[in-house]
Amino acid sequence: MIAFWLLAPVMVVAALGVLFARKAVHAALLLAVVMIGLAVLYLVQDAPFLFAVQIIVYTGAILMLFLFVLMLVGVDASDSVVETIKGQRVLAILLGLAFGALLVVGVAQVTVGTVVGLDQANTDGNIQGLADLLFSRYAIAFEATAALLITAALGTMVLAHGERMEPKLSQRETADKRMRDYAEHGRHLGPLPAPGVYARHNAVDTPALLPDGTPAESSVSRVLAARGTVRSAGRLADDIEELTRGLRDDGSSNVPGEPDATPKGPIEGDPSRQGHDRASDEEVQR
Amino acid sequence: MSETPFLVLSAILFTIGAVGVLTRRNALVLFMCVEMMLNATNLALVTFSRVHGNLDGQVTAFFVMVVAAAEVVVGLAIIVTIFRTRRSASVDDASLLKY
Repeated sequence: MIAFWLLAPVMVVAALGVLFARKAVHAALLLAVVMIGLAVLYLVQDAPFLFAVQIIVYTGAILMLFLFVLMLVGVDASDSVVETIKGQRVLAILLGLAFGALLVVGVAQVTVGTVVGLDQANTDGNIQGLADLLFSRYAIAFEATAALLITAALGTMVLAHGERMEPKLSQRETADKRMRDYAEHGRHLGPLPAPGVYARHNAVDTPALLPDGTPAESSVSRVLAARGTVRSAGRLADDIEELTRGLRDDGSSNVPGEPDATPKGPIEGDPSRQGHDRASDEEVQR
Repeated sequence: MSETPFLVLSAILFTIGAVGVLTRRNALVLFMCVEMMLNATNLALVTFSRVHGNLDGQVTAFFVMVVAAAEVVVGLAIIVTIFRTRRSASVDDASLLKY
């Protein structure tokens, strides 16, 4: 009973956390707490097999599957707080409280009689007892489970399968297409220009500069441009403008963006620090 | 070791899961709440199994787990498919059938 009183508050708090967590990852981790707590409660109640299954299947497989899909779908896909049906949230919470109160009071009122305990049923061992039942009284249900699992696996494969709409281009066809583009539209035959490498930025999100000082749009990935993470060509041009003006005005080496005293730690332009670097650069420039 | 506290905990967890299903909008969190409801019923099943002194409750809990696993796999595949076409995991966005 000690295990129960220790675990029950933790589990209820974690369950409430699932309810209120803004981020889905936090909800998943809190759900793991609830499930491990339940596993221990199974162990306390003479169900060692279910304890193992709960840990392996629920916390091990199902929850990890949740996390995988979370990574696929995007971790920052947080909940919207907009109510689509007016008053639905308040109503849901009120109904939930009423339902919970009803259930708890009802369950607490019921007397089930004396607790028999599983000592006799588990005399041959819990797993042996479960196996006896599974392969005798519940044999048909067990077989149906097998069918269900096969169907689920097949259904998932069908659902997750992405159909290829057009035939895959071979290397030769790609080369031919390039040549055709060159012949008909005069498009550049060689590879695309590499992104810019400068003293302050050398990440893939910074466009290269053409000889006349304008940024080459084709030097950054289209995907990055669509996401809006690319340092825009206009802003880059402004920066360069400011940089050169600063050089011209002062005549000294007081280049904006140059750290005055504080060392900035890791290499500048390190992609993981881009946002931070950019912010600090702007501060210095102002 | 009486059975009432276990049943009360089961009821509380079930209620929290139900409220979560009603209020949350993210399809994944919604799904987690469904899992929590299934787990809560499992706890009740295991408790009753001990109360009555036979293993049928545990076998049923085992079947619930199997069905939950199958359900999660298919459900997550559906979520991934919806996300692929609609770029959103919110259940409010999957409302084309309404119009």
